[in-house]
Amino acid sequence: MKSVQLDLISYDMLSGMTPMEKIRMILDRVRDGAVVILERGLTPEEEAKLIEYTMTEIEEDFPGIEIESYPSEAKRSWIGRILGKGIVHQPRLTIIGPAEQLKTTSKDRDFISAVISMKDE
Amino acid sequence: MKSGDKMGIFRRLKRNVSSLIRRIFKKNSTRIGIYGPPNAGKTTLANRILMDWTEEEEGFGEVSHIPHETRRAMRRNGIVINANGGVVKLDIVDTPGLATKIDFHDFMKHGLKEEEAKKRAKEATEGVIEAIKWLDDLDGVLLVMDATEDPFTQVNVVVVGNMEARNLPLLIVANKIDLPSASPQRIATAFPQHPMVAISALEGHNMEELYEAIAERFG
Repeated sequence: MKSVQLDLISYDMLSGMTPMEKIRMILDRVRDGAVVILERGLTPEEEAKLIEYTMTEIEEDFPGIEIESYPSEAKRSWIGRILGKGIVHQPRLTIIGPAEQLKTTSKDRDFISAVISMKDE
Repeated sequence: MKSGDKMGIFRRLKRNVSSLIRRIFKKNSTRIGIYGPPNAGKTTLANRILMDWTEEEEGFGEVSHIPHETRRAMRRNGIVINANGGVVKLDIVDTPGLATKIDFHDFMKHGLKEEEAKKRAKEATEGVIEAIKWLDDLDGVLLVMDATEDPFTQVNVVVVGNMEARNLPLLIVANKIDLPSASPQRIATAFPQHPMVAISALEGHNMEELYEAIAERFG
């Protein structure tokens, strides 16, 4: 029976990694055909980096990734307001998979519906 | 004094303070990037801005229905927009469409031959990287969304998040309102924390409101 591997990564595991380690770990798993679910996702900067690195790896048998997350919760501390610092984002659950297998069917602020298909051998 | 008059005074004061800060730091123009998913109408908008505010006959680039027509960032400097009393001098960067996947088979569905489709896909990946790199060198972003499409794409979420994290101004442009299925309200609901203007860059609808918002947001 054909199957799809789901890798569920906890917030604790992810928070102990550098941005580059996170991106490498995600891309390696997705390129192996797994669908990765992050308990808490990536920061906006990390997501931009992930897209950038994905582009460098695109080839005939790897057209890229599907990534979906709930929009992150934006928070700004009172110190941040005084210093004019940017908003701190609290990433939320994120799902990442091979583009040819993971398809998002609908997405809203707090709801994601996706279909995972088997890869043709 | 009416509340509208008070608001007008406040806006002019804000513009004057921004202008003063730019003069102090010897920065006389604001560099903004036009971002969005492929086929949202970024280059159509960039060409429209050039047509409305410069005498250049050549636009930013070609537009077409095939995704990733723009595969290199194009920049024009010193575009002066004067709207409703607000003046802003912009360096505008029209960026390639952002995407998380690029499959050459999709280009073949648009009639391109395999070799040409693969070349276009390769150039499109480089364009996405270039667009992401530009995020580090901008003062603000015009995020163009197709008002007939679902606004909750990850590309939109990533651009909004990156601007918020950098504390830089963002103006959302709900494009293609000339199409019957357009729903700019859906975009406004998706990103309520940012100002949005609904336009048709192709038909030139509502451009005055957009220019006022640009002068207000980036001036």
